[in-house]
Amino acid sequence: MIARLNATLRRLPPGAVYLLGLLPLAWIVWLTLSGGIGVDPVKGIEHRLGKVGLWFLAGGLTITPLLRLTRLNLIRYRRAIGLLAFFYIALHLVAWVWLDMGLLWRQAASDLVKRPYLVLGISAFALLIPLALTSNDASVRRLRAGWRRLHRLVYPAVLLGVAHYLWQMKVISPEGWTWAAAVAALLALRFPGLIRPSRG
Amino acid sequence: AARIAAAPSPYSTEAAPNTLEEITSYNNFYEFGWDKGDPKAHAGALTTDPWSVEIGGLVEKPGSYDLADVLKTAAPEERIYRFRCVEAWAMVIPWIGFPLAALLNRVGVQPGAKYVAFETLLRPSEMPGQRGPGIDWPYVEGLRLDEAMHPLTILASGLYGEELPKQNGAPLRLVVPWKYGFKSIKSLVKITLTEREPRTTWNDLQPREYGFYANVNPAVDHPRWSQASERRIGAGLFAARQPTLPFNGYGDQVASLYAGMDLRANY
Repeated sequence: MIARLNATLRRLPPGAVYLLGLLPLAWIVWLTLSGGIGVDPVKGIEHRLGKVGLWFLAGGLTITPLLRLTRLNLIRYRRAIGLLAFFYIALHLVAWVWLDMGLLWRQAASDLVKRPYLVLGISAFALLIPLALTSNDASVRRLRAGWRRLHRLVYPAVLLGVAHYLWQMKVISPEGWTWAAAVAALLALRFPGLIRPSRG
Repeated sequence: AARIAAAPSPYSTEAAPNTLEEITSYNNFYEFGWDKGDPKAHAGALTTDPWSVEIGGLVEKPGSYDLADVLKTAAPEERIYRFRCVEAWAMVIPWIGFPLAALLNRVGVQPGAKYVAFETLLRPSEMPGQRGPGIDWPYVEGLRLDEAMHPLTILASGLYGEELPKQNGAPLRLVVPWKYGFKSIKSLVKITLTEREPRTTWNDLQPREYGFYANVNPAVDHPRWSQASERRIGAGLFAARQPTLPFNGYGDQVASLYAGMDLRANY
């Protein structure tokens, strides 16, 4: 069953994943134009972009455990998924500065340094910048083993991202706790010996 | 719903109200869920008839008052008020209601009373949010007696000329326009006059973030965000934020209530 799935996936080029990854954006644009985004389109757009970014970040973290636990091989889509996560998180930031803060740079900047949850969010984004910049074959070749070490920055980035998401809530919702548990589980899988004695 | 004949009020703002659609689809009413769309989706099942309000504590005529009786206290007025949520968004809402002071005078406030405590309905069978964790139900709020007696403070039972929609706190809610929206407790079942400052739900949950007074104040930030400006719901995708006014623009009428108080300490 998994072997058949892997064989089928061989016919899906990573380029298609980029295209599929733009569907959430198309959906948000459609909701905005049709009025379905709700009576507060600013928050609707901003929160949806952040949530999609989180889905892609967490999605990227499921690829290795999936391979290890089920032999389903999605490795060649990981770069697309990671870059899509970066793309949506960048748009989330743009939505905050432009739509939410209305380009009130001074208020945005003072909020940014004073508010822990914003600091967490922007730190997560900052950690993702070098990862996005080195998401190309040339960088993988040039950095060798350093590339893998560098890309472990995605672990703190996703932790910061989830903390940012939970911290902005007035009271942490059940959905928030589900995210925290899911990301904690995905990160726990990284530590060898915790699930099964393998390395990586 | 039946139309409610309401007299215009000099306390109304000139600002254009938000649409009924906006006012009824963007609500924080955690009894019905966490999302702003949840109250509209889930409040329909709430039984609002029969309804009574228990009035007790330091009053001359305590008892359980039927809603129809409560509504007979004073003639309904239309009060078009600015509404400012602690989350830094704002609307303008055409409430229909009457001054809380009229009800308090009717039941007779005893001399020792200094505060008024309010309580929302507790009915988990019809309020799905009350079946989940996070908040110690029922929702409770409170005002100082002079705040409660202020002519701007009303009990609202209508909106846009009709009965109050359930997601907006039917059948009876408090509206205190110079305070953050969470003070304006919804679906009111209990009013108690007390000598001591009553506990309030958000203050219990996060005392550093939500004080007892919760007056709209652009100079005192919420620990997690600035209160200097606000987004007007319905203003459009690229609208500028508008500056937040002290006491939500009602300073001329209410600032004197807080003369001599440190509003940074009493946030």
